[in-house]
Amino acid sequence: MFASALIVFRETLEAALFIGIVAAATRDLAGRTRWIVAGVAGGLLGSLLLAASMEQLTTLADGAGQDVLNALFLAMALAMLAWHCIWISTHAREMVQQARNVGSQAQHQGQALWAIAIAVGVCVLREGAETVLFIGGIAASAQSGWQALLAGAGVGLLTGLGMGLLIYLGLTRIKVQYVFAVSNAFLLLLAGSLASQLAKVLTQADWVGVGSEALWDTSTTLPQDSPPGMLLHALVGYDASPSGLQLGFYLLAIGFIWLASRWVQAGLSPQGRPVLRSP
Amino acid sequence: MMKTLKNFLLNPLALLFAAGAVPAFAADTELQLVIKNHQFQPTEIKAPAAQKLRILVHNQDSTPEEFESHSLKREKIIPGGAKATILVGPLKPGRYEFFGEFNPATAKGTLVIE
Repeated sequence: MFASALIVFRETLEAALFIGIVAAATRDLAGRTRWIVAGVAGGLLGSLLLAASMEQLTTLADGAGQDVLNALFLAMALAMLAWHCIWISTHAREMVQQARNVGSQAQHQGQALWAIAIAVGVCVLREGAETVLFIGGIAASAQSGWQALLAGAGVGLLTGLGMGLLIYLGLTRIKVQYVFAVSNAFLLLLAGSLASQLAKVLTQADWVGVGSEALWDTSTTLPQDSPPGMLLHALVGYDASPSGLQLGFYLLAIGFIWLASRWVQAGLSPQGRPVLRSP
Repeated sequence: MMKTLKNFLLNPLALLFAAGAVPAFAADTELQLVIKNHQFQPTEIKAPAAQKLRILVHNQDSTPEEFESHSLKREKIIPGGAKATILVGPLKPGRYEFFGEFNPATAKGTLVIE
């Protein structure tokens, strides 16, 4: 039971933390709940479809079918997250201003959060398909004690979701003037994590031959499948033995989004709206 | 004179033949693994260093498994009854552990690079 709880927990954790962080980062945007729920629902539906077609997918592209799809998903999630981070940076000031205005319930109108919905959907889809296969396997095997295994899977799922809720509650308790900065920093690290995973998939599919050597190995001090290792993996993309390509992708993604945000902000401020300062 | 002409004619042909016989990429070393009763068979596979390896995993169970290895940095789902290909290498000599993520207690194996 513990084993199945752990497996499902690991799969759920990454998606749950992703949703928790995204929900906190977008909490003052109108209709964000609808967009996120749509993303999760789409992701869950996709998980079922992906799990059902996993057998055909495995044999595609000379055995690299899973890698091809994984790379596409990761690239899409990364692009969507980057787009959102850059876009939101142009609105950061107004949003802080508005959030400080405690009496005002007015929310930002008309923002398209489709990028966030897609990123959430893809994230749920990637982790969900694996979980669906795992649980389906238990249910189909009818081996002795499968009830306990299923119960364990349920515990793992709830614990994972609980972690997502915890990070959401933690982030939304931060003082209002810091909450955007902090949650956007988390978004940036998530983007880095996606980029690093993309690099790993590109190496696995043998599309990129360079930089596959591990730069260091901290698997004895902080194993990636230990609880803190899992948490750090899901939050900041921790990898016990990252390859050069992974580190390069990680830094490049973060650097690109950060610079692009600055550049967009700098382009806006001269003719931009008056910047209100708090007394 | 005759000999030179023969060489002249044959050499390009010989070259062409050689080029055809040797594929653009050096042939990968193929390794076979079977998953049965949530266990890898054999539990230890050996391969030479500095070569690209193609590990063919045939999951003979009816339940899915995920081939995973931290040291090889590979993870791939293998549905019940399906076959999957995992490309690794070139690797340095050493022992590389792998396991089945869905049955980590029983599905364990090692790739030994010599």
